Amino acid sequence: MSVAPMVKAEAVHKSFGRLEVLQGIDLEVSAKEVLCMIGPSGSGKSTFLRCINHLEKIDAGRLSVDGELVGYQQRGDKLYELRDAEVCRKRSEIGMVFQHFNLFPHMTALDNLIEAPIRVKKESRTVAIDRGRKLLERVGLGEKVNAYPRQLSGGQQQRVAIARALAMEPKLMLFDEPTSALDPELVGEVLDVMRGLAEDGMTMVVVTHEMGFAREVSDSLVFMDGGVIVEAGNPRDVLTNPQHERTRSFLSKVL
Amino acid sequence: MANAVGLKPEAIKAVPVRHPGRWVAAIVVGAIAAYILYTVVTAIQNDHTAQGSGWAAVGHYLFNTLIFKGILVTLELTVLAMAVGIVLGVILAVMRLSPNPVMSWVSWLYIWFFRGTPVLVQIFFWFNLNLVLKSIDIGIPFTSFWLHANTNTLIPPFMAALLGLGFNEAAYMAEIVRAGIISVEHGQTEAAQALGMNRGLVMRRIVLPQAMRVIIPPTGNETISMLKTTSLAFTASVTELFTRQQQIATATYDVLELLIVASIWYLVMTSILTVGQYYIERHFARGSLRGMPLTPFQRFRRMLFTFHAPPPAPVELPVSIPRGH
Repeated sequence: MSVAPMVKAEAVHKSFGRLEVLQGIDLEVSAKEVLCMIGPSGSGKSTFLRCINHLEKIDAGRLSVDGELVGYQQRGDKLYELRDAEVCRKRSEIGMVFQHFNLFPHMTALDNLIEAPIRVKKESRTVAIDRGRKLLERVGLGEKVNAYPRQLSGGQQQRVAIARALAMEPKLMLFDEPTSALDPELVGEVLDVMRGLAEDGMTMVVVTHEMGFAREVSDSLVFMDGGVIVEAGNPRDVLTNPQHERTRSFLSKVL
Repeated sequence: MANAVGLKPEAIKAVPVRHPGRWVAAIVVGAIAAYILYTVVTAIQNDHTAQGSGWAAVGHYLFNTLIFKGILVTLELTVLAMAVGIVLGVILAVMRLSPNPVMSWVSWLYIWFFRGTPVLVQIFFWFNLNLVLKSIDIGIPFTSFWLHANTNTLIPPFMAALLGLGFNEAAYMAEIVRAGIISVEHGQTEAAQALGMNRGLVMRRIVLPQAMRVIIPPTGNETISMLKTTSLAFTASVTELFTRQQQIATATYDVLELLIVASIWYLVMTSILTVGQYYIERHFARGSLRGMPLTPFQRFRRMLFTFHAPPPAPVELPVSIPRGH
């Protein structure tokens, strides 16, 4: 008996107007796996990530998370669009971390963490605060509980953002270039937190430009260009011995 | 050799640029203003009233009971009309941005109509509605459940003014709130959605609180404007400040004196509102600045010390904002 993969994409297509950003993505991420996606900007990797929690709608193909279709329900051979409440419920099980953190600036770090658990999961305040404090402790910001996002450095903000996503106890974490907006010296602290998560067995899909992280932490690596997956496999193999010319030329520029 | 580390050169001492033109301008403007003021003040001084001079009459009516009653009605009308305007305005703004086309169009139509007709006409409309509509009946068709109300009892003069002012204000507030909502970065909505929050939650908890920073200043403006616009309720015979001074003036013929009394009270009320607005803005600036903007009093104190226009905010101030949980 086989367990359904956490993420399964079959021939996923997505267009913005005339621009076809995803031209048939096939991919599987099993539970506890860390998948890194690399590629030049505009290659569609962020768009694909956003499709996974239905921030973007796919036009064709099949995309499912934990065995359930994203955004649709299949009854017979007909697809039905999900109601908003269902979409929200599914999103609440998937954590997402953004390039620009997108912390809520009018709330303290702790308030950022407890907002969704209380309002969406209807958790009690005490339970949410308790977990929130522990999570901030875990990302090394135990003493920043009452700080507002603007009083924190970029690296600290991103760590709060990761903690905010974890506060919903997701089964899957999506990272959209989590270190791209950071000063080089702050990148390490964020990657350390992510490395810790991976070691604890979190299923992660990470769009990144950090090749070192991809090599050391990820179980598999995908190289995307022009809306398709050009090469996929073991990260060490792909990074040290790429099979495709496009992969080689990309890696020669970023390594 | 360069300076030793930590050795700071002497501060620059230079003769500042002189501005003789400013002094000349100040004297000319001052002279003109003094002349105008003198003319008006003496004209009122020379007016004959029951209290003697015109200024004696101003002092007499300033604390008149009828005037105070009028002030109370003015404040009441301002608060209620703004409450109607803000609540309805927020609803209209959210409807306007709704993906539901019915909502969006209803909101558009409302704003188009109520912003496009004079508020005076609207007050008159509600005031005179009973001329054509004797009663208002609401109920479920084909059943016996019907509510019946006489238009005259349902819309007394105060209600007519409130409906006219409030519904008109809602159209303006809707545009102000909409501007506030779209000023919030889209990433905020996405982050909230990614956490599983629905449209209502995202709006209430994430977008609107942040939009407040953009919404508050023009709303303060609207409130101050509303305080003065309530004088139009005069036309619906609501006994607010303007009506009251008019009543006294018709009886005593001290027309200008009573206009001055009303102006003084309007100025007092708008000044209090201006200060209040400042504190509300400070509250909603929470988290957006490292330091808090100065209060009017802090700015005034600073100005006294430096003999200069107040420096632009913000300055480094300890931030400690109590937050109730």
